[in-house]
Amino acid sequence: MNWVLENISFIASLLTDHIVFSLVPVVIGLVIAVPLGWLANRAGFGRAVVVNLAGLLYTIPSLALFVFLPVILGTGILDPINVIVALSVYTVALLVRTVADALEAVPPLVVDAATAMGFTPFRRFVAAELPISVPVILAGVRVAAVSSISLVTVGSVIGFGGLGQMFTDGFQRSITAEVVAGIVLVVVLALVVDGLLLLIGRMLTPWDRTARAVAQGATA
Amino acid sequence: MIEFRGVTKRFPDGTVAVDDLDLVVDSGRITVFVGPSGCGKTTSLRMINRMIEPSGGTISVEGKDIMSRDAAELRRGIGYVIQQAGLFPHRTILDNIATVPLLLGWNKKQARERAAELMDTVGLAPEMAKRYPAQLSGGQQQRVGVARALAADPPVLLMDEPFSAVDPIVRETLQDELLRLQGELGKTIVFVTHDIDEAIKLGDKVAVFRTGGKLAQYDEPGVLLSRPADDFVDSFVGRDRGYRGLGFLSSDGLPIGDLPVVAIGDRMPTDGWALVVDGERRPLGWVARGTGTVYEDALVPGGSLYDAGAGSLRAALDAALSSPSGRGVAVDGDGRVLGSIGADDVLRGLADSREADGAPGADVGRPVTDTDAADRVG
Repeated sequence: MNWVLENISFIASLLTDHIVFSLVPVVIGLVIAVPLGWLANRAGFGRAVVVNLAGLLYTIPSLALFVFLPVILGTGILDPINVIVALSVYTVALLVRTVADALEAVPPLVVDAATAMGFTPFRRFVAAELPISVPVILAGVRVAAVSSISLVTVGSVIGFGGLGQMFTDGFQRSITAEVVAGIVLVVVLALVVDGLLLLIGRMLTPWDRTARAVAQGATA
Repeated sequence: MIEFRGVTKRFPDGTVAVDDLDLVVDSGRITVFVGPSGCGKTTSLRMINRMIEPSGGTISVEGKDIMSRDAAELRRGIGYVIQQAGLFPHRTILDNIATVPLLLGWNKKQARERAAELMDTVGLAPEMAKRYPAQLSGGQQQRVGVARALAADPPVLLMDEPFSAVDPIVRETLQDELLRLQGELGKTIVFVTHDIDEAIKLGDKVAVFRTGGKLAQYDEPGVLLSRPADDFVDSFVGRDRGYRGLGFLSSDGLPIGDLPVVAIGDRMPTDGWALVVDGERRPLGWVARGTGTVYEDALVPGGSLYDAGAGSLRAALDAALSSPSGRGVAVDGDGRVLGSIGADDVLRGLADSREADGAPGADVGRPVTDTDAADRVG
């Protein structure tokens, strides 16, 4: 505990790094995954290709990705961009399928009605299909965010692990308190972010709660 | 006016959904497309607003070829009501209804005012404005669907099996409401259903399709019942078509006979049946021959009432057949008793109308009354 109090500013800067390294990729990944998911959902045959290719990305070991990205991107081996890009790739891998599934689950009658009322395909996507998909997409984003928060720690191997550096540093210098504090902080951060996303989701989709309340009332 | 000329739809797998369709939908009337599944009725409807593009032939709306117009723009000018309403689950009722006006570029305030006005038109309570579709019953959702289609006041309304997912009682209410609305609005409505009774009730004209996308008969419902074009239409129109056809024959000139009436507290009739009426001469029920005075518990519920001013032969016959005394109760527009009607009078009236124009029903397009057998005595 003493160690934590003595190093509070060091920990705070690692925590800030950790939040940036883990959540910026989630945002980037989501922005990329939405159009890819849309494409996958539109193209009958392409769907399997896009979804499976995206899924395949997730099987690349994170350590390998951290090491290979500088070669592919031409960045320095110790550039934090590598961490951001690697985690964005994982987010895309997780979310493309989620987005495609969410869009597929939009009731066809609603899509037909929107078309019949004179929405152009793009406007229909923005005004109807995407907002209706939010509950499912958000569930995927929560998984992606938590997974990203945990994966950042691996980046400590190349010096950008956020709180993960407390593991490597603690091990090397045999400071148990540092390792334990690092683990606790990562878990707490994951829980807080997950809770916040849940809250944001509720605020974005008041209609989803009423729909579920009605469904429960009907079965009760 | 919507005109189909030589319209064919062949899907990529070779299925012919609509085969060389020639048909003119009259302005300001309800035209129903009816037929078994796979007959091309929905495909025909959906080609009007280019949800499905025809493979051959031309469709014009108000004289303009639909293919010459931008699809999204064309659709904004044509109301569309889909089965199960197809409302946006993430938007409130008010915003659902305001959809098309907003697409057309109205400002939000205007669009919402218009939406509130339409909620009233279709009979939705104002407090529903802020609710979401999931909080409404199926019937209420379909009212929202109709309001949404009417929001931008399009001259043409396409209705794709709109009432198929609600229970029979709600369906009947929605059908009556649609007829009432149409009486006020006079839209050009194309309505698709697989239910021949719904088609006959709602249609000014009914197009019966057969499997393979061929038009089997296109006529007023009275003609469909009295003179089906072939065996297919005959069997599709179904049982009792003779009886149902009476709904399209006016009962003008049907003789109204005497009817003994009594009030509560009067002496019981000494012979046969008497109709008990209230102070306004409105029927309460029947009493049979007996002694003493007429009291409320002695009343026997009556059958359907026949509105002598607006009723059909079917309403008159049903009144006679459903009455315990064998005499139907004829009332005026205010529900006051005029006299009685017998089943034999109706049959005689039918024979007379046959003689008069040789083709019963040819002159009457829609049921003479929408409420036949709806009002009951007692």
